[in-house]
Amino acid sequence: MSTDRPSFRHPQAARNTAGFTRKDYEGAISTLCAGCGHDSATNAIIQACFELAIEPHRVAKMSGIGCSSKTPAYFLGRSHGFNSVHGRMPSVATGANMANRDLLYIGISGDGDTASIGMGQFAHALRRNLNLNYICMNNGCYGLTKGQDSATADRGSAGKKGVPNPYSAIDLCELAIELGASYVARGFSGDKQQLVPLIKGAFAHSGLAFIDIISPCVTFNNTATSTKSYEYVREHIEATNTFDFIPLQQEILAHYPEGTSQEVVMHDGSIIHLHKTDAGRDVTNRRKAVDSLEEEKAKGRLLTGLLYVNQNIMETHDIINSTLRPLNSLTEADLCPGNTALQKINAGLR
Amino acid sequence: MERVNEFVVRFANVNGSGSASANNLFAKAIFRHGLPVSPKNIFPSNIQGLPTWYEVRVSEYGYLGRRGGFDLVVAVNGQTLLRDYRELSPGGYFLYDSSRELTPDFDRTDVTPIPIPLTDLCNTAFQNPKLRQLLKNIIYVGSLAYLLNMDFSVLTEAIEKQFSKKPKLAEPNIKALEIGYAYSRDHHPDTCRLRVQKTDRVGDNILMDGNSAFALGAVYAGATVAGWYPITPSTSVVEAFEKYTKMFRVEADTGRRKAAIIQAEDELAALGIVIGASWNGARAFTATSGPGISLMSEFLGLAYFAEIPAVICDVQRTGPSTGMPTRTQQSDLLACAYASHGDTKHVLLFPCDPHECFDLGADSFDLAERLQTPVIIMSDLDLGMNDHISPPLNWDDSRTYDRGKVLTAEDLDNRQEKWGRYLDVDGDGICYRTYPGTHPTKGSYFTRGTSHNEYSAYTEESPIYQAGMERLLVKWQTARSLVPSPRVKMRDPESRLGAIFFGTTTHAAYEAMGNLASQGVKINSLRLRAFPFQDEVIEFIDRHETIFIIEQNRDGQMRTLLIGEGNFAPEKLLPVLSFDGMPITATCITSKIKALLEQKQQQSSKDGGNA
Repeated sequence: MSTDRPSFRHPQAARNTAGFTRKDYEGAISTLCAGCGHDSATNAIIQACFELAIEPHRVAKMSGIGCSSKTPAYFLGRSHGFNSVHGRMPSVATGANMANRDLLYIGISGDGDTASIGMGQFAHALRRNLNLNYICMNNGCYGLTKGQDSATADRGSAGKKGVPNPYSAIDLCELAIELGASYVARGFSGDKQQLVPLIKGAFAHSGLAFIDIISPCVTFNNTATSTKSYEYVREHIEATNTFDFIPLQQEILAHYPEGTSQEVVMHDGSIIHLHKTDAGRDVTNRRKAVDSLEEEKAKGRLLTGLLYVNQNIMETHDIINSTLRPLNSLTEADLCPGNTALQKINAGLR
Repeated sequence: MERVNEFVVRFANVNGSGSASANNLFAKAIFRHGLPVSPKNIFPSNIQGLPTWYEVRVSEYGYLGRRGGFDLVVAVNGQTLLRDYRELSPGGYFLYDSSRELTPDFDRTDVTPIPIPLTDLCNTAFQNPKLRQLLKNIIYVGSLAYLLNMDFSVLTEAIEKQFSKKPKLAEPNIKALEIGYAYSRDHHPDTCRLRVQKTDRVGDNILMDGNSAFALGAVYAGATVAGWYPITPSTSVVEAFEKYTKMFRVEADTGRRKAAIIQAEDELAALGIVIGASWNGARAFTATSGPGISLMSEFLGLAYFAEIPAVICDVQRTGPSTGMPTRTQQSDLLACAYASHGDTKHVLLFPCDPHECFDLGADSFDLAERLQTPVIIMSDLDLGMNDHISPPLNWDDSRTYDRGKVLTAEDLDNRQEKWGRYLDVDGDGICYRTYPGTHPTKGSYFTRGTSHNEYSAYTEESPIYQAGMERLLVKWQTARSLVPSPRVKMRDPESRLGAIFFGTTTHAAYEAMGNLASQGVKINSLRLRAFPFQDEVIEFIDRHETIFIIEQNRDGQMRTLLIGEGNFAPEKLLPVLSFDGMPITATCITSKIKALLEQKQQQSSKDGGNA
């Protein structure tokens, strides 16, 4: 049973440019385990929405089934949410997006929901480049059914049950890049500093933005033998270029010496400034992006940060050339051809 | 055999040989003689090479179902030549390509052969090898025109109309017609005693397939989102929808379309797209067949329980499993009525002709939104893919869409009491919903397939769960008052015999009722148009002693549905079934009912003797 938060509001709470306080982006109290990585991810989403001054009711939260899919109840309480069926969030989000292209869609899924039962839907939402912010809270196990290995669990990693996983792991970010996602990032629920800008960049992006958030399961997969534990991830994390996200309409104050940064202009006019490191990575090059992931993996490191971005791929609505108006706003006058046209069709069938 | 305006012609062709357009030309020409015609395409699950048949029933009486048997065969498929010859009705005519001689097996004395050297005629007249194959078919249509005494100008005009944009192609087609006509005239004068005579029995009717009609209904009803996965025999529904949206839904200023058609990765996703779109306030549908329904069951349960509108057009084919993908059946009834785990029930509609595919198709969107639940149109391959004579389509321009109970921002502001997504304030089991993005602070809720209370919060409280499930039954009762009513025909109010049928069984059933009536057996009939069943259905069954349930499946699925939902004694409802994959025939229905009546009579005299 979800519990609403008390509606008390601090009179001096900071407001964003749209006049909302951070509280306006919160949802019901979480029923997940204390210390669950998903709650940190939820907080990062709230923070990103607050900082971008998104109108809460212009967001639709879509999810599948699992611990992660419960989280839409815990953020943006003023938004409509849809907790659908296991692995099917992408198709429901596709339909919702087709009906109204003007809302911001946040799709929440987990590693079971995405990498196993929902793999087909995940793949096809990617290749259609649906304008969706697809966030996968990835803990390498099935929490709600008590800790079975998921398809993202690394070979040899062992959770609470102590049995090493014998199968190879699916790297969702690599897959997303291969399958046509136009914005791919990996974050860690324990690193809010990195995660919030990644989410903000996703929101500004037109097309499918996929964020794989490594989000440890404190109850079943936070063991010393697990590669998805807080400790292991902290020790093995490697970041791509750090970056600043500059929303549209915000003055650029920072100064970037020539050759030290790479600028990516997002669809809505926002800018991502990547601070170049010596690694020579290029997040706008698909092949190099996959190479970077593989290279770090070979070194036993987990690459995080913005991994790939391509602003030049059309999103689904533009691919199918559908109207710029929300389809759900069209009326009889827009949609019904009328009886005269029908009689002409009859005449052609005689 | 001598017949005027009442006969069946069967064309036996090779799939992929271009016979479809020639055969359609023939059927259309019959139609344009003012004669009711009913063409059935009996095709293989194959693109090229396997046998295919096209059966055309010509009936001045207006019988549109399959009769059974055929009187003239146009046999141009070597693979099936002997079989086609043997299956021809006694007294019938056998038109074949005599470029190759028949073997001694073709020795029937009760049929009339009509040899025409189609290949030789074609190869002499035309050089282009690609055209040859197509025109060989047109030559036999020309021959038929002479043999059946058709008005030749009807055919040439049809060709000119068909090729109005490519007049160069019309020329060889007309030449082919003339070659066939002349050959028959010169070699087979007075051979064929089947004749076509112009009448005005067609009136303003149209010739259309059910899939196109449903798609057009969806356009008129304002459907904007279609999620689908290709599957025979439903694919042409979405293809037609695409075609009509290109005709009617393109914005003049932007060139963009007022529709979103998404070919999904599977049927699960297809229905997921529909549910997401409907949840978000767009009218959406999918079209599928039995195997798709199996996959969609998961989402049907979600839509039922979370109360989201969805329109599904099920163009049924022969099951189970992959079954016979290009043959027809009415065998998804139970799968659709109770699709998904847990207690679920879904509204079903049963159109019987293209006119109803259009009307019920358009109505299904109003019903789905009014009832906030899935509505499944139960079409089938016969209705969906074959051309049928049908009353013309009509749209009342004053009609507005019934979007059901949806609250606007203004409604939310004016509301005094607390709003609950699943709160039944009107007592009809239907609650008020909101679309995402409607109001900055009011009306948002969390849609879920988990158990929920009246305010859509998760609950595991048994009484709250149970109350929700019971409210869905109240809504089910409301549905009974909204779905289209059945069509009752009382031939004799005193008769103790009744028949119930639906969908494509209708035409053959009415013909059988007519046959039986002329033999003194008067059977009242009820044509179902919807599930849940209304009181009229229950009353009809109650007032008769014996009811024949006529349907196209093995297990009598409609009978099971009626027994279960109406609590009828099984022995009162007698199954009359046909499930071979071919459209049911009047002959089959007539003989099965007669056999059942004889059995009953024997039973009662035996019982009488024992008493």
